[in-house]
Amino acid sequence: MFNAKLPEPSLDRVDGRLKVTGTATYSAEYPLENLAHAVLVTSTIAKGRITGLDFKLAESVPGVLAVISHLNSPGVPGYPPVKQPAERAPIGTALRVFYDDFVYFSGQPVAVVVAQTLEQARHAASLAQVNYQTEKHQTDFEANVSKAAVALSVQRNKTSPFQDYDRGNPDAIKTADVKLESTYVFPTQHHQPLEPHAIIAVWETDDKLTIYDKNQGVKSAQGNLASAFKLPRENVQVNSPFIGGAFGSGIRVWPHTIAAVLAAKKVKRPVKLVLGRELMQMSVGSRPFTVQKIAIGASSDGKLTAITHEGIGQTSTYEEHLERTILATRAMYACPNVSTRYRLLNLDVNTPTWMRGPGDATGMFALESALDEMAHELKIDPLEFRIRNHADTDPERNLPWSAKTLKECYRTGAERFGWDKRTSEPRSMQANGLLVGYGMASSLYGFHRHPSKAKAVMRTDGSVVMQSATMDIGPGTGTAMTQIAAKMLGVSPNKIRFDLGDSSLPDAPGQNGSATITSVGSAVHVACEALKKKLLTLAAAMPNSPLANSRFEDITAKTGRIFPTANPSASISYADILKYHQLPQVEVTEESKPGPERDQYSMYSFGCHFVEVQVNPLTDEVRVSRVVTCADVGKIINYKTARSQSIGGIVGGIGMALMEESVMDHRFGRYINTDFAGYHIPVHADIPQIEVYYVDQPDVYVNPIGSKGLGEIAIVGVAAAVANAVFHATGKRVRQLPITVDKLV
Amino acid sequence: MDEFPDGVSRPGDDHQEDRRFFLKQSLAIAGLTFAPVSFLQAAELDTPIDPADKVKIALTINGTQRRLSIDPRSTLLDLLREQLGLTGTKKGCDFGQCGACTVHIDGQRTLSCLSFAVMQQGRKITTVEGLSNGTQLHPLQEAFIKHDGFQCGYCTPGQLMSAVSCIREGHASSEAEIQEYMSGNLCRCGAYPNIVKAILDVKTGGDPV
Ligand code: FES
Ligand code: FES
Repeated sequence: MFNAKLPEPSLDRVDGRLKVTGTATYSAEYPLENLAHAVLVTSTIAKGRITGLDFKLAESVPGVLAVISHLNSPGVPGYPPVKQPAERAPIGTALRVFYDDFVYFSGQPVAVVVAQTLEQARHAASLAQVNYQTEKHQTDFEANVSKAAVALSVQRNKTSPFQDYDRGNPDAIKTADVKLESTYVFPTQHHQPLEPHAIIAVWETDDKLTIYDKNQGVKSAQGNLASAFKLPRENVQVNSPFIGGAFGSGIRVWPHTIAAVLAAKKVKRPVKLVLGRELMQMSVGSRPFTVQKIAIGASSDGKLTAITHEGIGQTSTYEEHLERTILATRAMYACPNVSTRYRLLNLDVNTPTWMRGPGDATGMFALESALDEMAHELKIDPLEFRIRNHADTDPERNLPWSAKTLKECYRTGAERFGWDKRTSEPRSMQANGLLVGYGMASSLYGFHRHPSKAKAVMRTDGSVVMQSATMDIGPGTGTAMTQIAAKMLGVSPNKIRFDLGDSSLPDAPGQNGSATITSVGSAVHVACEALKKKLLTLAAAMPNSPLANSRFEDITAKTGRIFPTANPSASISYADILKYHQLPQVEVTEESKPGPERDQYSMYSFGCHFVEVQVNPLTDEVRVSRVVTCADVGKIINYKTARSQSIGGIVGGIGMALMEESVMDHRFGRYINTDFAGYHIPVHADIPQIEVYYVDQPDVYVNPIGSKGLGEIAIVGVAAAVANAVFHATGKRVRQLPITVDKLV
Repeated sequence: MDEFPDGVSRPGDDHQEDRRFFLKQSLAIAGLTFAPVSFLQAAELDTPIDPADKVKIALTINGTQRRLSIDPRSTLLDLLREQLGLTGTKKGCDFGQCGACTVHIDGQRTLSCLSFAVMQQGRKITTVEGLSNGTQLHPLQEAFIKHDGFQCGYCTPGQLMSAVSCIREGHASSEAEIQEYMSGNLCRCGAYPNIVKAILDVKTGGDPV
């Protein structure tokens, strides 16, 4: 069942050649005629109002075409007229670009300079003068934490999952045999995809807009821009075939996108705008600063009796960003008494957003650390403690799992890792003069599936074109989809082209929430099935057809031909079917969507991570020396790309655990480590070889292909596994990420 | 891009003034990294640079001689991407911290975002577009595909250019050594273990790089 090696077939990435030759075209790389360059001018204060703009010097720079601010913006028709007197935006208002004089966070776009060349625009932007009336800002989470409250959107929605939750007896914690309570601090972290956010905006006519844009959902970007600029949806064309990573930063349409569209309107030319690295940390969201308190009670024989989990997340003053922080605690373990609380704290910062494993990565750091602390207290092996508290059914919804093989994941992970060599006492293992620690943690992520369409076209030469407005931010969407299509149609993958990242293609969700394979993969599957049926009908109508009376169930497709399964020699090629009927092509568009199964089963991906760290006893430097991960995500479509996705999640988790933190100077309300020298992410030398295993069994209830999401569970739990390993190595429990040397001395 | 037909003068021959001025400007621009814009005194700058003050250079890019007239503020990276349409070389940070912009200058791996274009007079530049001969991939390109040494692909050209150098420099004899000598090339998708495997594979395979 478990696969240490890559089983066949594991198709190489279909776009691999483009990526290694530098010919994959990312958003900033379209060579349009007459292209102008835009550079943003952003606020240097965190709260206040713009009192004056002096662009004379900037405008005098040769090549400058326009400097646009709220005073001369061509305007976003979807915004309401500015109130007189102007007012701060009420909660729930996405930042309006060049709208009025209010400043909500440091780094907010307040103007944009457009010039013939990038050098000119950059220089001119440095000369733009903006004067402010500063108001006292609040950016310090800890200093303001007493103001945290239930989100307004939750107050208004009685069925919100973020309502206060109590299962069993909320006071049970008080009478637990053993009780622990700890606070876990999760810093602000940034996505930092290697490709900066970028857009080229082109007004083809007064009411037709084309953008080449970095985002995670062409359809949602299209809808957002159509409503902002009051255009029919089809008049907005979004092209995003290659995305250089995003990890959540591209789920929303951010202000710079609107700024570029406004700039293109103003100068009547295509405009390119690429965010500098510092703005990648200031203006495209973050994982929110979050503080969590977990109290955990257990019986002396190692059964969880009560958990209370409170989370407070940071958000902006104009929007509420909620994430799953406390939700996993309700479903992860069999525990009769569970209470959760979730609060938000509004600060003068840019609105946080989803970042890989949103909420769950944060919450599971706390929960899985707390589990480890309790196991240590009870003197039970941490893995054994988890197995004893395994939830055989969903304790939150009282429903069976659609499929759950977490125990097999534990077993395989432990075996491959050599968990049995772990001696339980902290500081009890050493190698080469270094302290060695073994840690593990569980992982889970809810199953998401959205309605999705795919078009399948068979052409006269027997080649296939598949289309769907899905995305590939890196996992290899086109490759997996090609494989699904190849299998269903019996066509060689190199005869299949899969188009994505284009808003004119059939509807599909954006790439987030580990939902692409589950949603779009299902659509591709049903579209190819429908195409095959159509081709069978056509084949059956041919003279003396061997398929004349064949039912769909009784045929097989292979190497571009279909035949009765019982009689492989009586085959007809797809090309011949089209030729006979004189059809240039045969096409179908199908939709696949979830059904009532959601109400009958609880659906999650599960997994676990085992981590070995080595800690230098003199310097306290922590290095991750080994990782074994095992995941249950249903059927694996492509082992090679899946494995890379798992590894990528673990690398992100190691960064989260050991180095990533956006530091704000609260005197200015501004991030200060806004480059890779200040915001550390793992480099080659930080990452050991990582072993990846899957329980490769279809989950028959979730969708026609039996696959579940992988992107998020790859990262969820990793930070806890590292923290637990660090505790085992050093005896020090670090509850505030990242685990840097200063916290270990 | 302006290509000019005749007469290549050495950069700055009659641009002494401009160069001094340019340095002052670029310091001011570099200052942006550390200080919010309002802290900069525009008054330090007498008059903005005139784009007519272009500098003529001749260099070789991927085997082709180019004679160009360029803005002295252009980095080699922006010259490649914005003016020559060679977008295979990526901009990840523009600060010399990510390696996405790695190219070879006279055979040395170099960060093109930290290299001014005007300084490349007479030099031979190789970018990812020049790595293979057009039909047959370079062995490292093959190995990256085989070992899935990328996800989003954005760091890939830089990783490849560094990887070629890593082997040529003789720093690819073990996983640990490769990790060390490739650590200037960040990959946010975390393809590191696969990249290391790919490099080791090519190195031990003995194919000329
Ligand atoms: S773009 Fe040159 S090092 Fe990052
Ligand atoms: S492959 Fe995405 S950054 Fe390396």
